[in-house]
Amino acid sequence: MRVAGKGLIDRTQEVKFRFDDTLYRGFEGDTLASALLANDVRLVARSFKYHRPRGILTAGSEEPNALVTVGSGAATDPNVRATVQEIYSGLEARSQNAWPSVAWDAMAINDLAAPFLGAGFYYKTFMWPRAFWEKLYEPVIRRAAGLGAVGPVKDADHYEKAYAFCDLLVIGAGPAGLMAALVAARSGAEVILADEDARMGGRLNAETLRVDGQNGSDWAASVIAELDAMDNVRLMSRTTVTGAYDGGTYGALERVSHHCDIPYGGVKETFWRIVAGRSVLAAGAIERHIAFRNNDRPGIMAASAVRAYLNRWGVSPGKAVTVFANNDDAHRTAADLVEAGVHVAAVIDSRIDAVAQGDYRLIAGATVTGSGGRKGLESISIATQSGSEKIMTDCLGVSGGWNPTVHMTCHMNGRPTWSEDIASFVPTPGSVSGMHVAGACNGVFSTAGCLAAGADAARVALREMKMSVADVDLPEADDSAYAISPLWAVPGKGRAWLDFQNDVTVKDVKQAAQENFASVEHMKRYTTQGMATDQGKNSNVAALAVLADATGRGIPETGTTTFRPPFTPVALAALGAGAQAKGFAPERKTTSHAATIAADAPMIEAGLWYRPSYFPIAGETNWRQSCDREIGYVRNTVGVCDVSTLGKIDIQGPDAAKLLDFVYTNMFSTLKVGRVRYGLMLREDGCVMDDGTTARLGENHYVMTTTTAAAGQVMRHLEFVTQALHPEWDARIMSVTEQWAQFAVAGPEARDLLNGLLDAPIDNEDWPFMACGEVGVQGIKGRLFRISFSGEHAYELAVPSRYGDALFHLLRARAEAIGGGPYGMEALNVLRIEKGFITHAEIDGRVNAHDIGMARMLSPKKDFIGKTMAARPGLTEEGRGQLVGMKPVGTVKQLTAGAHIYTDGAEPVRANDEGYVTSVGFSPTLGHFVGLGFIRDGLARHGEVLQMVDHLRGVATQVEICDPVFFDPEGGRTRG
Amino acid sequence: MAKLIAKTPLDGMAVLTIGTVSIEEVDLGVLTSVAPYVDQASDAGAALKSAHGMAWPAPNRATGKEGARAIWFGRDMVLLAGPAPDASLATHAALTDQSDAWCAVQVSGAGAEDVLARLVPVDVGFARFKRGHTARTQIQHMNGSVTRVGTDTFVLMVFRSMAGTLLHDLRRAMESVAARG
Repeated sequence: MRVAGKGLIDRTQEVKFRFDDTLYRGFEGDTLASALLANDVRLVARSFKYHRPRGILTAGSEEPNALVTVGSGAATDPNVRATVQEIYSGLEARSQNAWPSVAWDAMAINDLAAPFLGAGFYYKTFMWPRAFWEKLYEPVIRRAAGLGAVGPVKDADHYEKAYAFCDLLVIGAGPAGLMAALVAARSGAEVILADEDARMGGRLNAETLRVDGQNGSDWAASVIAELDAMDNVRLMSRTTVTGAYDGGTYGALERVSHHCDIPYGGVKETFWRIVAGRSVLAAGAIERHIAFRNNDRPGIMAASAVRAYLNRWGVSPGKAVTVFANNDDAHRTAADLVEAGVHVAAVIDSRIDAVAQGDYRLIAGATVTGSGGRKGLESISIATQSGSEKIMTDCLGVSGGWNPTVHMTCHMNGRPTWSEDIASFVPTPGSVSGMHVAGACNGVFSTAGCLAAGADAARVALREMKMSVADVDLPEADDSAYAISPLWAVPGKGRAWLDFQNDVTVKDVKQAAQENFASVEHMKRYTTQGMATDQGKNSNVAALAVLADATGRGIPETGTTTFRPPFTPVALAALGAGAQAKGFAPERKTTSHAATIAADAPMIEAGLWYRPSYFPIAGETNWRQSCDREIGYVRNTVGVCDVSTLGKIDIQGPDAAKLLDFVYTNMFSTLKVGRVRYGLMLREDGCVMDDGTTARLGENHYVMTTTTAAAGQVMRHLEFVTQALHPEWDARIMSVTEQWAQFAVAGPEARDLLNGLLDAPIDNEDWPFMACGEVGVQGIKGRLFRISFSGEHAYELAVPSRYGDALFHLLRARAEAIGGGPYGMEALNVLRIEKGFITHAEIDGRVNAHDIGMARMLSPKKDFIGKTMAARPGLTEEGRGQLVGMKPVGTVKQLTAGAHIYTDGAEPVRANDEGYVTSVGFSPTLGHFVGLGFIRDGLARHGEVLQMVDHLRGVATQVEICDPVFFDPEGGRTRG
Repeated sequence: MAKLIAKTPLDGMAVLTIGTVSIEEVDLGVLTSVAPYVDQASDAGAALKSAHGMAWPAPNRATGKEGARAIWFGRDMVLLAGPAPDASLATHAALTDQSDAWCAVQVSGAGAEDVLARLVPVDVGFARFKRGHTARTQIQHMNGSVTRVGTDTFVLMVFRSMAGTLLHDLRRAMESVAARG
């Protein structure tokens, strides 16, 4: 219910929203949780395992219970914490993990079976029969358990990633964080102040504390206004710093549009990577619960949350409120409620010496032993010094003390230190390099202490960065001591809940200990305590205290589980932002791309490049028809193909030849200027890295060509050689892949096509096979290489890329005029298989020069990379697969790449494997399939008939092993 | 004789303005990578100074002005953007024509830094990345070059083949920044 005169909400701005299809009204500034409580909605969720009714427990991001699904369809957002979801006009939220409704949930039957469903239940029960796990048990369990579900269709919302930099990152905008930011900002440092709340101020907005003679929330607002006006400060509200990483890098999730409809072009969340010179962690503390029988009923909440709802949102979660605590701090809840006119039925304090801090009934030295009511709290039972009592109440605020939010200090393998004074863990100093911890998250709980600690932390950080420090006066504030006497669980029968999110009880933890899952990490995994979206923020310390007790160890010896990023859940959509659809990887397009698309050519991806598969023409219904026709162009007239994607590397300098001799297995220093040579490149381990042609354009100037796929790898390799192996060599390398648009012009009429296009005609004398040089192309300076990947009389013509589109149109038109045309990758592939030319289908990283029949290219006259390792016995001995050609000779006339080869008649199983097929294509030139592959000792087996079996495609036939060069083995056509 | 018509990487795209940020393709003129030979960096620097009037840029710096810039382009390498390289440079450095290899886009406007903060992992804020500062870095998933040429103006360069992706990525970032108002 709303309480008049309280809260920081704007009561003039009514906001309508829906929860489980019911229309509710709240105010601007409400969270879904505060608005539901204002509407007296207490039951909002069902628990994970037993489907017990659950209500709102907290008022912050640590909420374990009140998880809802926001939106629907392509904008479904599951597991949203109602405590951080701001309401806005049109918000639609639903409860989850319940069917048919949260009020009447069929799966609540699990709760009756609870005696059988304790810790380790799955591990013990579903062991047999083994096959049942995957088929039966797991699907049934998964259906029953789990939290929210993702939407049925692809997420339509945008997310993004971004980078930010600052001198000082302040994490948390409570009193400590605000003071840290203020000191740093006034000192002139670049400051980022990040807070997960929409409204900065931290507990100052949730308490009735006074700072500097004014309301705490007013003081916070004035500081924020000052910071907001400064150019050197960036305020990041709704931004949770989720992790600490190396080098002063922090991850942070900004909830950009969860509180509104996403504007056009906007994003739902931004995942920030913030690099900071120093950071101040002022993340505050999280109140912990006390376990007692049925302590999970809706209406039972954190005591601090009860007064947060009152002070910040003007809501009392109950009409007759009780408080159960073991510390002084929780008494504020009662005092604030009384002050606001809400009935406080009693405060039960486990400490016998507790003193009332207001006008309410205090029962000191007592504990709450149970609760009554089903879907909401109606009463509590208490054990007093003299007996027992039942008190009617609809809201119980519980406080077992405060746990400093040490999480971030542990993200780089730090472990927190136990503090007896506050009965909690505090950060171990120096856990994260460059991070200073201040305020409640360092175990300092008074407002004055937090303000001072924040200012101190900023000063230390600034001095470390050798920056000046401005004088900033500390405001006056409350400095009362924090008095606590530990109480983790009230003894007694029944289920006392520790981890609300995972339905873990005190008994489960004790049972884990009994069954020797006594390490805290083992207990966590055995009971599931501390898992899922809240990661045990409310329950970890209490659970390990119970474990410590059960195992007879102290809490410090028991230790904590490992805190890992993220601090609060981060959607995968945010982590992967920018990588959806077109953002997945850059698209590399050739200069002929538009013309190719216009020709309806289907594209295939080659690395990041897009290349045409084939160019269909009217009447063709199958890609093979196009492919066969295009092969015919090259074999009979002329074909044109964009080969710009091949890597091109400019190599210059007096030692350029030396470099090439070192990286290639064969000689390049002997290559004449104006000539091209085919080269083979090995990795250091002796296996083939890449192949290609290199042209010598001048005495000290070469252009190397790599395959499309290995262009980056070869460039990196050359960088390594020139930087690390021979930095003294005077050779400079630069990629020119993008500078030149290069086209293959291949076929008997290739020269005829070029003559008339080039500024000066060429002939076989001036431009023999493997010649290269500069040419004029329609007045443009280009390069011509007489090289061939098809076995035909062929050239590659290169012009600066700006002319690529124009040249492609021209070449195509001229080719078509004489009965040829463009060809794509399918035709290119068949053409090269017919000639036995290799690609990375053959040089797949496992083969050496011997395997591909190129041992003669390993020059004995010089050293080269990979030479020594290539001579290893394992790479040269008999029994290795050797490159062969294959043609089908069985009844089935098809070959398939990836098929394996077995001795004819042998069972086609692994033990009888003789090799495999790497590339195949139907050769219209020869009228049958041709294939390349590797066969054990294949060079000596030409003529043998073996069986080919493709187990995946279900194809089997007989193949004859032959020389890999099927077409024009003498090479007469190439030279013609 | 048919004339080959030149096309720029973005083929003369119109200026695109979203919110306060505009992008447009820019012609930086002749682009030449200048990589000094062993022990010739200072001679190459002197030749650059005397022939083209700008100092040899230190790492992460660009010298010169609009129309003639020397942009640090990696280890022992400078990109001369604008004039055709003077022949004197060739005796001290490997020169490679890059005029057609790169797509250059100018990003300008009050939110330009915010747009780049969504794509570039280095600090391009004015406090640390001033006019004349440059970086070889990532632009979303692409390796590129980022140079501040004015108070609110940057020049981005990526491989020519990736021009469309650069446009796509910039547009997404600009829309997001504009949506924040």
